[in-house]
Amino acid sequence: MSEPEPATQADSDTDEADESTETTPVANGSQSVIRALENAGVETVFGVQGGAIMPVYDALYDSSIHHITMAHEQGAAHAADAYGVVKGTPGVCFATSGPGATNLVTGIADANMDSDAMLALTGQVPSGMVGSDAFQETDTTGVTMPITKHNYFAGDADTVGDTVGEAFALAGTGRPGPTLVDLPKDITMGDTSREPGPAKTPDTHVHHVEADTEDVEAAARAIERAEKPLLLFGGGVIKADATDVARGFAIDNGIPVVETMPAIGTMPDDHELCLEWAGMHGTGYANMAVTHTDLLIAVGCRFDDRLTGGVDSFAPEAEVVHVDIDPAEISKNVYADYPLVGDAGTVLDQLTEEMDRAPDAREWREQCTTWKTEYPMDYAAPDDEPLKPQFVVEALDEATSDRAIVTTGVGQHQMWAAQYWRFKHPRTWVSSHGLGTMGYGLPAAIGARLAADDDQEVVCIDGDGSFLMTLQELSVAVRENLDITVAVLNNEYIGMVRQWQDAFFEGRRMAAGYDWCPEFDKLAEAFGARGWAVEDYDEVADAIEEALAYDGPSVIDFHIDPAANVYPMVPSGGANGKFALSEEQL
Amino acid sequence: MTQQQQQGLQGPTPDDRPHPTGRRNSHGERIDPDTEAEQHPRTAVISALVENEPGVLSRVSGLFSRRQFNIESLTVGPTTVDGHARITLVVEETDAGIDQAKKQLKKLTPAIAVGELGTNAVRAELVLLKVRGEEPDKVHAITQMYEGQTLDAGPRTITVQITGDQRKIDDAIDAFRQFGIIEIARTGQTALARGDTPTTPGESPGESATATDDNQTLNYDD
Repeated sequence: MSEPEPATQADSDTDEADESTETTPVANGSQSVIRALENAGVETVFGVQGGAIMPVYDALYDSSIHHITMAHEQGAAHAADAYGVVKGTPGVCFATSGPGATNLVTGIADANMDSDAMLALTGQVPSGMVGSDAFQETDTTGVTMPITKHNYFAGDADTVGDTVGEAFALAGTGRPGPTLVDLPKDITMGDTSREPGPAKTPDTHVHHVEADTEDVEAAARAIERAEKPLLLFGGGVIKADATDVARGFAIDNGIPVVETMPAIGTMPDDHELCLEWAGMHGTGYANMAVTHTDLLIAVGCRFDDRLTGGVDSFAPEAEVVHVDIDPAEISKNVYADYPLVGDAGTVLDQLTEEMDRAPDAREWREQCTTWKTEYPMDYAAPDDEPLKPQFVVEALDEATSDRAIVTTGVGQHQMWAAQYWRFKHPRTWVSSHGLGTMGYGLPAAIGARLAADDDQEVVCIDGDGSFLMTLQELSVAVRENLDITVAVLNNEYIGMVRQWQDAFFEGRRMAAGYDWCPEFDKLAEAFGARGWAVEDYDEVADAIEEALAYDGPSVIDFHIDPAANVYPMVPSGGANGKFALSEEQL
Repeated sequence: MTQQQQQGLQGPTPDDRPHPTGRRNSHGERIDPDTEAEQHPRTAVISALVENEPGVLSRVSGLFSRRQFNIESLTVGPTTVDGHARITLVVEETDAGIDQAKKQLKKLTPAIAVGELGTNAVRAELVLLKVRGEEPDKVHAITQMYEGQTLDAGPRTITVQITGDQRKIDDAIDAFRQFGIIEIARTGQTALARGDTPTTPGESPGESATATDDNQTLNYDD
């Protein structure tokens, strides 16, 4: 709640006076909007000012809500998204109409693809001018309709606070996702004394928490009799705060676990049952397990094509138990023999309750362990060769605590970070999965920093290409003195494209090389952050130590081996079990 | 060792690994590769009860276009409940596609209930036909044959209205071709479940259902 102003404190020390400062009645639509956010427990929002959203910012002037001014609205959306991922409550971003709203679009689409709870509030030209092609007018609800869980066009100052409360509630309920409220200036400036009521989801919104008991019974029998059961945890497990239940289910039943990328951290990477993540660049052992399982128990995942590869060869011998809160995900991409619609943790508890015994999977567990030794993620890092990115990731991991948060952009660096960092906890891996948004990493690190506990380090592992897309947000990190460490794995390439060109386009490296990159360490210094450039193995540990010790934003420009490639790799549409371990196997 | 080899990882090559023989079809269903039967598209009538708010039609049509559901027609109109509208969609999809279309439709926030109508549902559509007016008697006879109405008649054109199920409309259009059809406007199918069955699950009538002075409702059986 709001800090009492010094004058108020001096005037009176009675409880009555304190209460009156906290419950200043709303006088207009904007104040109702901000009151709805306060009622929802929002502490931090990210945004950029602008004409049509100014009334809302004016109401923020008197609020206890902490606003972070971002350099670009895309950064505001990514920061809000990441804030929500780390915090477990919807992140909030503000933008003005027109370009402000369209700049949010990438970030909203990113949140939508990853089912991240987020609320975007956009200014709009006054209602009477809508449709006239007014200055900075964009049909924001039209533009964002396909990339939001739902969006709203506020039409009444009296109810605008309720609408914002509903949008916030809807974003975080059931299958999470981004919502947006478009706020015409006459509505936010319109007089109203109506306080927003308790936030509630729309009457039409329904979701099942418990799965149908007959379905649970059938699935329980299937799990009991499985000889090669495999759990596939998706991002929904973390979103449902069901990590402990999921771990318990795996351990109690002795069932090996693979994860999707958004689920990294659900099972500790170093647990004997954990085969890490499956899919295009997943571990060989995870992809072997997915290929040979006879019962795939998928929890909170949507069978994205980067996970399944070609559907024809995905888990081809397996019956599928699919637990998901969204019925539309059931049998969308992969047919579910045992559909269980409900909340991840609740349904896993239902299964535990229903099951009489664990499956007899001793041989299968041994097989999975054998695959771990057959397909090790080992790499060579000879001193006389350029710096290997895997080495840098491992060095960063070693220098940080178990609860350190990693954010990334998209590309090779993202895959190395996901492969070589040893994750132990949920909500410590913050990345752009479904949309694959280069430039996500730095603004996400800002959002993550504001949501994280003080003792959690925030490390952005970025690529040179991704960093160049949003590095203006360094100005925000400096202004707010945010303790984040950016590690750029710099190969002066759009590396994943270069890797694909070498593998699939006969090495014709069209528009993949930068030829020249700015000196990121000096660029960091120019922003007011600290910067280091590292070329040799013996400089790695010191630079990391200094950067982590610095209480503020720092950038380490690691000049890595430009020829380094990401393996294993399942080519697009290929069979997971035929993952390539090197380019000649593609 | 070449650099290329150092770039790779250790382990049995793809050819040295066991590979299961099972397959899935394009719907992700496990199949017997020898007797693979792909699903064939069928026509389904889906009825969606929605909150009649601005943009709801756009949400529905946008959903169908972005998810590439094949849609034959879409009609929309108010119901007995204030603020509710019924959208009737005719889609041509496989069973899996129809299932997805219904589920995705239900996920839209303004969607109250979604149901698929059985083959015995009552269905109707309306067509307006503007034909050449040289043979008014013959046009009138055909119009009568299809229990239609003449809405406009002049020296050069005659406009008639025919209602009925899709097949009847198709037949009528064929029959009018002899006169030379100048313009056609079709509404697309609208439909209700037969008898006591609610058209969408859980649907109940609003207050106006009990009103007796509602003469605006067209009864196609008259």
